[in-house]
Amino acid sequence: MSNYFKVLRPGINSTFQDLGRFGLQHFGIVASGCMDQLSFYISNKLVGNKVSEGALEFAYQGPLLEHKGEPALVAVSGKVNFNIISKNGETKQGSPNTSFVVSNGDKIDILSTINSVYGYFSVFGGFKLKEVKGSVSTLVKAKIGPNNGDKLKSEDKIFFNKSSSLDKTKKIKFNFDEDNIIRVMKGLQVNYFSKKSQEVFFSKEYRVTRLSDRMGMRLQGEKLENIINTNIKSEGITKGSIQIPGDGQPIILLSDHPTIGGYPKIANVISADYDKLVQKVPGTLIKFKLVDLSVAESAFEEYVRKF
Amino acid sequence: MLKKISNIGDCGITCDFGEEVNKKTNKEVIKLFNFIKESVNSKKIKGILNYTPSYNKLIINFELGQIKSKEIIEFIKGSDFSKTILSEKNKIVEIPICYDEEFALDIKRLEERTKLNFKEIIKEHLNTNFFVYMIGFVPGQPFLGDLNNNLHHDRLDTPRVKINKGSVGIVEKFCTIYTFESPGGWNIIGKTPLDLFNINKKNTSLLTPGDTVRFKSISKKNLLSFKNE
Repeated sequence: MSNYFKVLRPGINSTFQDLGRFGLQHFGIVASGCMDQLSFYISNKLVGNKVSEGALEFAYQGPLLEHKGEPALVAVSGKVNFNIISKNGETKQGSPNTSFVVSNGDKIDILSTINSVYGYFSVFGGFKLKEVKGSVSTLVKAKIGPNNGDKLKSEDKIFFNKSSSLDKTKKIKFNFDEDNIIRVMKGLQVNYFSKKSQEVFFSKEYRVTRLSDRMGMRLQGEKLENIINTNIKSEGITKGSIQIPGDGQPIILLSDHPTIGGYPKIANVISADYDKLVQKVPGTLIKFKLVDLSVAESAFEEYVRKF
Repeated sequence: MLKKISNIGDCGITCDFGEEVNKKTNKEVIKLFNFIKESVNSKKIKGILNYTPSYNKLIINFELGQIKSKEIIEFIKGSDFSKTILSEKNKIVEIPICYDEEFALDIKRLEERTKLNFKEIIKEHLNTNFFVYMIGFVPGQPFLGDLNNNLHHDRLDTPRVKINKGSVGIVEKFCTIYTFESPGGWNIIGKTPLDLFNINKKNTSLLTPGDTVRFKSISKKNLLSFKNE
């Protein structure tokens, strides 16, 4: 008997992700990988998987899945509103960040993330996914990854490995960083911007716009004045870089960013604050705080203690 | 020569070889790229996630929990990578191209601006030994140079919304090959049936930075019947 989830509704942008696909950026292949690493780790921890096991990432509205086959230990992580609909039609509200058992005919209806963007769904033993170059991360734009490199679609079947123990349900309590301060380091081309614009960028609020996805987050705020050139010679890009194109409005490059780019970069988001950043919904006002490398490195040490 | 190493956030560094975009500078970038790639493969250095060469820079991304920028900078400064001979590490690749009018979308524009006729433009393009400066933006897309001065031309004023996969375009001294259907502003002069990128193959990308490319003219009939291995 094969065990799988039948996709009754795919959600807005549901893809399989792990920690990313590395060592190929010189061929134009970006690392991709889960957007919010901490929530991703938690979804795996809840069901007893290794922390790098592939999980289903969803954004805003998640999928409606029907379980088929033998009972499975599963978990939804993040700030998520979801229901568990049992075979007999009884609906009860699910608890995120708590693992639970589903059996044949049960449905999991991931309705929405709550004042956040991304959430994760994991199953004990892992999904049966085909690795592509050592990773099950999906890069939809280039059709790279499991499920033919595509988003989840209705009628897809997501096969998973048999769960050997079902009694290990657990709950992990963790606090999302709710503040809107994002720490950054100076970017390679910070001097392309006038002193006044640098001051503006590192002190004023910027609004997250709807033009945000796994590739990048576009912001809106006081226009930044470029005093040297609105283009640079194309160079490699790092996740979290904040580039300023000719219109003076920042774009933060996220996990599925292009591998090279030609806009000057004013700053880079520090690793410890990346998860917090990607969860900010359109409309949120964020503020950048300038820090140096030593602060960023100690912030990272503090961040990994949460895992 | 390596001029400067700077941090990019807390998990990246950039190795800057100067402002000039030419083969000489880029060859120095590729030498460091080859050296880092080998050091990663032979486990001489840990925690490196990606190494991305561009015209005049190499960007290295690493896992902050594994290694810090200071250690990588010391590793690079303590190494002598500049003596690597590129021809040993890199290859010459012949790429078929069909210049049929159906695919050479911007040939009229180029004829007007360059004062050369179609045949002369093709001849110039076929006679160029192209150096692979970098690959990227999207998977597998190569940036090749250098075209002779008389073929230099600007980008289209209004980029096309859709350029077919395999289209070969030129801008300034560079030539590119679109590996995916995408928008783009390059002057299109032909099309190749050859797949430069296939994620399922062992060699994901046919070309590697530092390789040499020569184009070979094929007929429309050969283009249509071409089979990728």
